Amino acid sequence: MTTAARRARRLNWFEMILAFLGSLVLLLVLAPLIRITLATPVGDLHKAIIDHEVLRSIAITIYSAFLATFFSAIAGIPLAYLLARKKFVGRSLLLAVIDLPIVVPHSAAGIALLTVIGRNSLIGRIFGHSLAGTVAGISIAMAFVSLPLLINGAREAFAAVPPRLEKAARTLGAPPARVFFTVSLPLAWRGIASAMIMMWARGISEFGAVVIIAYHPMVTPVMVFQRFNDYGLVAARSVAVLLILICVALFVILRALSRSKSEETPYA
Amino acid sequence: MLELCGISKRLGSFHMSDISLKLKESEYFLLLGPSGVGKTVLIEIIAGLLRPTAGRILWCDQDLTFEQPEARRFAVVYQDYALFPHLTVAQNIAYGLRANGTSREALKERPAALAEMLEITHLMDRLPPTLSGGEQQRVALARALAIKPRLLLLDEPLSSLDTTNRARLQKELKRINRELGTTIFHVTHDPEEAMAVGDRIGVMLDSRIRQVSTVEEMFRRPSDPDVARFLGMANVLPVAAVNGDTCTVQGIEVHADPVCDSTSHIWIRPEEIIMSSRPFEGLDRNRFECRILDWGHRDPLIAVHVALTKSVDGEPLDLTCLVTHASFVKLGICIGSKAYLAFRESAVYCF
Repeated sequence: MTTAARRARRLNWFEMILAFLGSLVLLLVLAPLIRITLATPVGDLHKAIIDHEVLRSIAITIYSAFLATFFSAIAGIPLAYLLARKKFVGRSLLLAVIDLPIVVPHSAAGIALLTVIGRNSLIGRIFGHSLAGTVAGISIAMAFVSLPLLINGAREAFAAVPPRLEKAARTLGAPPARVFFTVSLPLAWRGIASAMIMMWARGISEFGAVVIIAYHPMVTPVMVFQRFNDYGLVAARSVAVLLILICVALFVILRALSRSKSEETPYA
Repeated sequence: MLELCGISKRLGSFHMSDISLKLKESEYFLLLGPSGVGKTVLIEIIAGLLRPTAGRILWCDQDLTFEQPEARRFAVVYQDYALFPHLTVAQNIAYGLRANGTSREALKERPAALAEMLEITHLMDRLPPTLSGGEQQRVALARALAIKPRLLLLDEPLSSLDTTNRARLQKELKRINRELGTTIFHVTHDPEEAMAVGDRIGVMLDSRIRQVSTVEEMFRRPSDPDVARFLGMANVLPVAAVNGDTCTVQGIEVHADPVCDSTSHIWIRPEEIIMSSRPFEGLDRNRFECRILDWGHRDPLIAVHVALTKSVDGEPLDLTCLVTHASFVKLGICIGSKAYLAFRESAVYCF
């Protein structure tokens, strides 16, 4: 065998080790998901589908995560743009603050949120009642824990747009707001859309913070927990599988949509 | 017209100081400087994209220093084109018109007229990433011209183009300057580009402007040895001593007229050096024997590098001579062979 061929073979060994380690990681993610899906009889799943309580909770979950993402996007995308483009005092502090929800335990975050939106808080007094136990409260809890995904994703998307394009637009007579809406936002859109999908998906899956803000209306992750506690594994399993299937389906569809729409643009 | 008064800028470790410049109406001004000297910074200061640390920018005696870029109507064309990749060529060209609230008819007419002028009509529905470099740069030019800029700022517009496209765009830029009367401020690092397009040239070295003059003047009478070297001039030599009308260069006496005591460098114009295969008779000054080191084409002439054999001490003195193709053949030049050269005192330029 020639040296070159031997060298090529050695490289193959290295690649096989990489593939092996990589497949371990994949297995960690896929094994439980596939196992639980296969282990659930179709009959159980059907029961879950026709269970009004389950359907209601899935609707509430998807809806509150959508609200959380929608309002966070309106307020958060401009912030992401600011962080991507401007250098200002306290920028790194602001970046750290945005990452805080990642490190704060979510149950603790739920308790902390209660002090702001609970009955005796300022917001509670303005609305006349506590936001705990409402869809608004659930949305706020979801937004709190998933906001870093949106802000960081959108910030990276804006950072990938060459500043020179914005400069050229300014010299052609466009004021900053027009440049933002006609150049920066369209070019960063793909990255922003995928950040929004991530935030929405993260919101749907939130349990810790939401369970403290609102046991009722019941979101599906809380329902899985409740059924597991009250009736055991089998009862919880079918609800869990249904939620997993719906999430994966929505996730795949939305990602495909956000990708195909921005195929023409080379940035973000 | 545009006037820069003592513009200074600090950006981290970069700084630029006391740039003063006055552009004439409808002039093609070319700023020449090596990479990193701050040419792009200066363009962005003029365009209003950067604030100068000190100094003022005037347009027809009106202070523009704190005016927003969108209010100046100074269009910039970048080396990398900076076209909007999500908009078609037509939309790119119309971008500035839309931003300025142009009427619906003008929104169609003007881009079409410019596209015709720059021969990009057939590309109007394409997206910029699908175009070649030359095509993209013509679109960028059309986009800039669409707003009828008071000043066109060009930042190395030809540097990413191949020779054919470069020559074509050079011609188009000159034509725009002449026919539309657009004042152009063009920066480049390439002295050849400067020779090809500019009316007047400024040379920027070490973050300041060293010399501003016409192209002929610049290449005939550079203000100092650094400028001469940057312009790619051969035979810029340090002077060791001055004695009357002769100066000593690496042990060799060169006669020049006029020499002054403060002469630190001389420049022997390579096109004014005469070469011969036999010793010169009649002339008694600036005659040298030399050995051919090397030669290369420099259209339409041939640059011959020689080493003077007479040098007294240290390294032999190397010179470059520009000869026509005919005399090159007549001299029968080959590497290592002996030759003779001579030049008049007027061929020696003293700094």
